[in-house]
Amino acid sequence: MGGNAWTILRSLNQERIVLVVAVLIFGAAVIALPGFFTSANLISIVRSISVLGILALGMSVVIIGRGIDLSMVAVMAMSIAWYLQLLGDGMTEHSALLLVLGGVLAIGLLNGILVAYAEVPAIFVTLASGSFVFGYVRSQLITSDAVPVPTGHWVELLGGLRLAGIPVEVYLFAVLSGAVFLFLRFTKWGRYVYYAGDNPVAARNIGIPVRPMLVLRYVLSALIAFAAGLLTAASLHSINTRIVNSTLLYDIVLVAVIGGIGLAGGKGGVRNVLVGAALIGIMLNAMTIIDISLLYQNLIKSTILLFAIIIDGLLNPRDEQTAQQGDI
Amino acid sequence: MTFRERLQAWRYNFVPDHVIGEILSKRWTDNAIPFIALVVTVATFGSLIPGFFKLYSLQESTRQLGEFSLVVIGLTVVMLGGGIDLAVGSIFALSAFAAVSTFFILEQPVWVALAASLGTGLICGAINGYLIGFLRLRAFITTLVTFIIGRALYDILVVAYGSQIQMSMASSDTWDFIGDGTVLGLSVPVLSALILAVIVHIALTRSRPGWHVLAVGGSRRSAHNAGIRVRQTVFLTYVFSGLCAAAAGFLIATRLSGAGPGTGLGLEILALTAAVVGGNSLGGGRGSVVKGLMGAVIVLVMTNGLIRLGYGTGTNQMVLGILLAVAVTIDIRWLKNRHKVLNEVYVAPVYLRMGETQSAVPGSGTPFELNNRLSAADPIGLGELEGPEDVILDREDNLYCGTRHGEIVRFFAPDYSRSEVFAHIGGFPLGLAFDKSGNLLSCVGAMGLYSISPQREVRKLSAETRRTFTSVVDDAVLRDPNDLDIAPDGKVYFTDSTKRYDAYDWALDSIENRATGRLLVYDPKDGSTRTLLDGYRYTNGVCMAHDNKSLFFCESWACRIHRYWLEGPKAGTAECVIRDMPGYPDNVNRASDGSYWMAWLGMRTPSFDLSLRHPGMRKRMARRLPQDDWLFPNINTGGVVKFTEAGEIVATLGDLSGQAHPSVTSMREHKGYLYIGGILNNRVGRYRIEGADTGWTGNDSYWGVRS
Repeated sequence: MGGNAWTILRSLNQERIVLVVAVLIFGAAVIALPGFFTSANLISIVRSISVLGILALGMSVVIIGRGIDLSMVAVMAMSIAWYLQLLGDGMTEHSALLLVLGGVLAIGLLNGILVAYAEVPAIFVTLASGSFVFGYVRSQLITSDAVPVPTGHWVELLGGLRLAGIPVEVYLFAVLSGAVFLFLRFTKWGRYVYYAGDNPVAARNIGIPVRPMLVLRYVLSALIAFAAGLLTAASLHSINTRIVNSTLLYDIVLVAVIGGIGLAGGKGGVRNVLVGAALIGIMLNAMTIIDISLLYQNLIKSTILLFAIIIDGLLNPRDEQTAQQGDI
Repeated sequence: MTFRERLQAWRYNFVPDHVIGEILSKRWTDNAIPFIALVVTVATFGSLIPGFFKLYSLQESTRQLGEFSLVVIGLTVVMLGGGIDLAVGSIFALSAFAAVSTFFILEQPVWVALAASLGTGLICGAINGYLIGFLRLRAFITTLVTFIIGRALYDILVVAYGSQIQMSMASSDTWDFIGDGTVLGLSVPVLSALILAVIVHIALTRSRPGWHVLAVGGSRRSAHNAGIRVRQTVFLTYVFSGLCAAAAGFLIATRLSGAGPGTGLGLEILALTAAVVGGNSLGGGRGSVVKGLMGAVIVLVMTNGLIRLGYGTGTNQMVLGILLAVAVTIDIRWLKNRHKVLNEVYVAPVYLRMGETQSAVPGSGTPFELNNRLSAADPIGLGELEGPEDVILDREDNLYCGTRHGEIVRFFAPDYSRSEVFAHIGGFPLGLAFDKSGNLLSCVGAMGLYSISPQREVRKLSAETRRTFTSVVDDAVLRDPNDLDIAPDGKVYFTDSTKRYDAYDWALDSIENRATGRLLVYDPKDGSTRTLLDGYRYTNGVCMAHDNKSLFFCESWACRIHRYWLEGPKAGTAECVIRDMPGYPDNVNRASDGSYWMAWLGMRTPSFDLSLRHPGMRKRMARRLPQDDWLFPNINTGGVVKFTEAGEIVATLGDLSGQAHPSVTSMREHKGYLYIGGILNNRVGRYRIEGADTGWTGNDSYWGVRS
């Protein structure tokens, strides 16, 4: 009998713990909070975590490959702001989209090349590029903090689109989750992400194109950030660039890390993102219903993130053998 | 000499290429790039902004600089220890709030406010330190999160108490003085930053805790193995950084007499950029307070300058992003490629036209004609020895030689089949000599001049001489002490072959061929070492003449023997005795018949002689080819040559088989036998000399027959 209990205890990894906690909080909220367990509220929960979840998907692919992308929120907000500004200035749809996509690709490539070929720690590269993207777009390309979506534009229509009463971004999140899942699980390059994240030197030695794949991951995360930005603009009918200075970036890391994707790389998958997103979505919704102010929500979220990181650090200690100089 | 060749000679002998490599090998070159950036930044913004250099304007902007520098100094210390601390931004804000609330709401005196803010910094720093030092979490992400927590806390506090602070009527002269006053024209923040910078600089460079921080940053594992408490050291760096940020927070609190939502916003990325732009390495171990301060000035002048020039929102972030990315990339690439660059530019060959020489080919009929006699030498220690550069025998006929393992090995007379390690010195023991009281003196390659008593006590005699005034790299250090001999008054004359390369890189010196060899003298009376002669191409063997009035020394790469006069009308001068030999001379020792033995470590070849006339070719070779493919002097054939005091060659001994003694670096006559050593050989050879005095020994010749 004792053996049985021990097996259950041993099988508790972070993902399962978080899942259990999410279910518990969900149960508690259903019982204690009136208006929580209504279809409208449930849809709003799912909707609120869709964008966060999409961003977390991009972040996860990077983190599994032992990197991090701190420029995601800047790319997300600034690319859309620029896009909308171009449209507002009267540029044609195609050239505006091409121009912005080119810019997004360029930032992804720049991040990837600096990390892969110049061997600069990802955290510095993306911190710097995030700051640069925000500063450059804000000071050179757009004229005000918030840029509205032109009336009647397809982005506006996208925001109003509903299938069976569920907003379109939820479907998009589901589709993207499925795509990333298939990529990571069933494609050769997806498996390479894990190998490269687990031990980059060994991966390189067995002939995996570690460096081009690093670049690919940062390009991927930049493109995902752009998609998330489109959805944000669609639901809000404008994009406020101040979001770059908000805690959104840390929410993304929070979703990934709390779901059990180790920052040391090589671990986790789409399921972890879903679990993490579920917990955070339920929590945020519950806190809003209880009417905890945004300031306290920030404090609570960041404290949870700290504990998530501590637990992650204890579960996935750094491998001093494969750690790089400056990899801090 | 053709005009083209003369041009080459001028180009390579008068343009000091070697200085580039020497400058690059200095640690202070790391400061050059940030320093230039500093000058350019200040000059640019100083000329663009009217009134930039006015006293009042400077005092105001330096107040902010002082506070910022405090934060950067703290961050620099953390980075030197191999970590990073982004939480400084929120610690700064929180401790500013602590000071303001203590002073205005609780209406406590200034020192309590100071204590409150320092206490806040201490606690926050300790939390960071515990998480990163003891729990070994990732520094960047952990401090990022503690930064957000701190910031969230601060926002809550400011909203809750902001109005109360503004309503307060508390005031104090001390508070206002710290915020507004100046001492000797310097504001309090600048003064405290300067004092802290000096203290931290001294602590880092000259105290045990500072060294521990640098050691941990340089290599955690090595530091741990060396017995340093790594976790505690890391912990303390974060505590220190917290205190620095808190002090800065206290200063801004007194300056602004309030705390708003903007206090310390963006400080973490500013401070990080400053520390990195100044040239402090990510990952630790390399950097200094001065670099941090340079970075602080660059970043602050640039960001404030952009604001004063009226650039809009976002420009600062853009510039900071570029600065950070460029600085980090340069830092990483420089760290990684510095030694490659250094390797490429360090070898700076010079032009030399070697004189025509007589042939040493067997059957050529010249005095240098080699024969095959040495191949008959009996081996001693065959297969046990590695690199007996020099050999010597004591009064009991025991044989001593150095090995490449840093040992002096003794073979016991009479058959030399038994051996023991006589002494372990380290380095590579090269030249050997016995002094009057039976101490064995040795020139140890890469270390210096050492003495081993008959009781086997090893003692360092000398490891440095006086530094020359114009040297870039410290040439006081003896890099390649090679051979020595001892005068009757006890003075030790010895050579240091090159100032440019360490002992094991002697082959590189032959490619470069720069004349940097020295003859030195060590005086046992006062322990001093003086340089007698300088500027020879690899000074090597030294031998006192039989009458002790002069000494002979070799100049290997020029194939010359010189005579240095100790007494007489020419005292203190050197003259060339034998020039343009066909072999590269090594050690010189006395022979029983009043002449001298000289070892040849290799033979000149027409190809290498030609390459000496083409320094450009050797430079390209050193840059582009792997070392295995380089053209080196031929050391596959050598020999032993006997010459008279007048410089006449009387005998040669060689080994044409190339098996027993291809390259000879030393030989010692003892009781009718010649003992032969070679720096790359696996044995000592024992060769019976026809018709030699079978009672003659070196010890008797130098120190008289002992009854």
